[in-house]
Amino acid sequence: MPKPDHIELTVNGAALRVDAGTTVAAALLMCAAHARMSITGEPRAPLCGMGICYECRVTINGVPHQKSCQILCESGMDVQTP
Amino acid sequence: MTKSWDVVIAGGGIVGTACAVECVQRGLRTAVVEPGSIGGGTTAAGMGHIVAMDDSPAQLALTRYSQQLWRALAVRLPATVEFDCCGTLWIAADDEEMAEVHRKHAVYAEAGIPTQILDAGALASAEPHLRRPLAGALLVPEDAVLYPPGAAAWFMQQAVRMGAILYGQRAVLCAAKGIVQLDDSTELRATTIVNAAGADAPRVTTGLPIRKRKGHLVVTDRYPGYVRHQLVELGYLKSAHSVTADSVAFNVQPRRTGQIILGSSRQFGADDTAIDHRILSAMIDRARAYMPEIASLKAIRTWTGFRAATPDKLPLVGPWPGDESIWLAAGHEGLGITTSLGTAKLLADALTGRPPAIPIEPYLPRRFAERTAHA
Amino acid sequence: MKTSFDVLVVGAGPAGIAAAVRAAEKGASVGLVDDNPAPGGQIWRRGAPQNSSARQWFSRLEAAKVQRLQGWCVFDAPRSGVLSAERSDCDDEIDCCAELHYDKLILATGARERFLPFPGWTLPNIMGAGGLDALARGGLPIAGKRVLVAGTGPLLLAVAAELAARGAIVVGLCEQAPVRQLARLSLQLFRQPAKLMQAAHFGIACRAFPIFTRCWPVAAHGNGKLESVTVQRKGRQWMIACDYLACGFHLVPNLELPMLAGCRIDNGFVTTDDLQQTSVANVYCAGEPTGIGGVERALLEGQIAGLAAAGREPEARALCRKRTSMQKFVRALESACRLDPQLRTLAHKDTLICRCEDVPLAALREYRSWRAAKLLTRCGMGPCQGRICGAATAFLFGWEQDSVRPPLVPVRMASLIAQNNENGEETR
Repeated sequence: MPKPDHIELTVNGAALRVDAGTTVAAALLMCAAHARMSITGEPRAPLCGMGICYECRVTINGVPHQKSCQILCESGMDVQTP
Repeated sequence: MTKSWDVVIAGGGIVGTACAVECVQRGLRTAVVEPGSIGGGTTAAGMGHIVAMDDSPAQLALTRYSQQLWRALAVRLPATVEFDCCGTLWIAADDEEMAEVHRKHAVYAEAGIPTQILDAGALASAEPHLRRPLAGALLVPEDAVLYPPGAAAWFMQQAVRMGAILYGQRAVLCAAKGIVQLDDSTELRATTIVNAAGADAPRVTTGLPIRKRKGHLVVTDRYPGYVRHQLVELGYLKSAHSVTADSVAFNVQPRRTGQIILGSSRQFGADDTAIDHRILSAMIDRARAYMPEIASLKAIRTWTGFRAATPDKLPLVGPWPGDESIWLAAGHEGLGITTSLGTAKLLADALTGRPPAIPIEPYLPRRFAERTAHA
Repeated sequence: MKTSFDVLVVGAGPAGIAAAVRAAEKGASVGLVDDNPAPGGQIWRRGAPQNSSARQWFSRLEAAKVQRLQGWCVFDAPRSGVLSAERSDCDDEIDCCAELHYDKLILATGARERFLPFPGWTLPNIMGAGGLDALARGGLPIAGKRVLVAGTGPLLLAVAAELAARGAIVVGLCEQAPVRQLARLSLQLFRQPAKLMQAAHFGIACRAFPIFTRCWPVAAHGNGKLESVTVQRKGRQWMIACDYLACGFHLVPNLELPMLAGCRIDNGFVTTDDLQQTSVANVYCAGEPTGIGGVERALLEGQIAGLAAAGREPEARALCRKRTSMQKFVRALESACRLDPQLRTLAHKDTLICRCEDVPLAALREYRSWRAAKLLTRCGMGPCQGRICGAATAFLFGWEQDSVRPPLVPVRMASLIAQNNENGEETR
């Protein structure tokens, strides 16, 4: 079966439709202001875009600490940010 | 250049800095010599467990005394010390170990240490990530955890505030007969030289009955609430007992940050700091046997360290028979963090002729000289 | 999972792709491991129209017999001839970790951006220059968004041009270097036709936005996310409203794996001989870790390493001649991107230096070494393992980094358990 052109996923419960090949980091920035909260409570979003800074971590399908900039969106994915 | 002191302490780890506080508080002119960063040596490899341990009556006395001192100090400790009175759960996997739980409960009760026996159900509620079934556990609620380098740094700060001097970034080349020579040609004259150099103690004073025992540690990313107490398997005692074999035991600790520290391993005769994958793997695998899902947690860092082990598992606190200017505060094996406070008080009391709170005899270094004399 | 290769290449950027392709075309069994979902590294990241050079190399990669381990991250070099790797995305049913055996190893781990802290730099929508570009290529909508580009280096021009081509409104480009410092670099561009073409392309795009030299951000502002940036130029400050700030101060090489493998490092880069061999037998290094020098140099070094690793020394040597002129570009780039000492004053006492552990500048000032600061403030103890704050503190305080220890990245404990495998059995 050929890969779909669009992918449907949810970010914090809200449905989102993105092009195939979109990273979870890009997807979450489309509808959420941040990826994680720092230990002193600052909102943080992706910084380096290449899997080094760990600022883009989110919970995907219940698994925490996933680097969203290196993960492609998949159909039915559930992305949660604080 | 020569300076004169009442006490010069070799080693700015948790034991050395705790001793510095006690000495300077009693009016002794005190200096501390540390080649690296405060709490960066043996102290940095400690798990930071404050634990009452009953391997022997003398060990129980010293750890209990120290545990009480920590509890009294807790309210003054800054956040950087990360002191957390989370308690210890000694975990019994089977009936044999459960019998050990009951035995420990009785021993601790006699020593005035409050404990609570948990059955399998209570244990599962207390720590949901432990596998089931386990037999139960002994909870020691007055045990705690802290961040060892933070504690050492705070002690040093307190000591300096009261007039102690730190000779930092300098190593002790020679310490004997009241003279401490540093590697920058500084010479310190001292009435008493305290060897608190951790795993490096045998280098500072020759002939110490101390062997290095290597340990591995892993710290995870933040998983707040995953582990609530310090968890130790009762088999830990078998590991600490063994004199020759390499061994691992289940031992995890929650940090204030929500990170989990995983130990423990013991090896004699391994002198390098490199990670031994065989041992590390066995150590984590042992943890998985008690907490199956731990395998999916992320490890951020691994490191090793050396415990200073004596033949009878008790530290060396007091005058060294080989040189009347040298006193020891070393050989604490896995209990240096806990007993740093007790050691410091015993040492400083003995130095100033005050009666100690607990008998100092079991820890006096001369016990080894006497043994060799009788051999 | 356990696999063996004649030649194992780490990093699927231009250098790694060139090395893997050349070695495979000469008959070696080749593995190419990379932690991103797709090959290309940073500069050839998919999601943008590729130039013809990139397209050709990707075609050759598809055609070559290279075993691709895409989405795998190398976290340890436990002994000679073996690397440990873990899958980035993994559920518990699949094998999540791998033991990769090799006769020859080629390290093409690339470079990362240097971030310098300033007040407000942790606000969402402030990224690296390459960072915003990577996110845009990953699908972040940028059309119609106001982007300020800042920092130093030719990467800024490349990023500004690409974002403009995607429809972003580039409100300005702030380069910290003075014009005369950049001039030597321009001379070098004339010596390299390929680069001249790139520059001309950028020149066309750049007429669309203002470029300021000797200019840098001093503060970022916004409520919950970026709204504006205050920049400074020769003592004059002004505010620029923007949606994104793409800010990076040149590149630093990814040396962690070369260091763990025991490779000798001189002046901050991996030392290699003519054939890209490091100080460790059977370990080669190519591209940015040997010197920040751009795509053409990375391709050339990758090819030399690939040919040499496949036992084709004469063919490798034939390419060495071309590398000499590229070395001049490396030096020109280094001096062009020299950082103004005033950048050390950007961070205020409560500006966070370590983002993982939220450690401010004030907490760090009293320490004289990276190790002491780490131990007593937790700076560098977070999951990025000091990769972001390490470059900043090296510039701010001159601190040298610690030796490297495994795991090179946070990994599942299961992967550490699986490393106990001396007999080469199937690992779980």
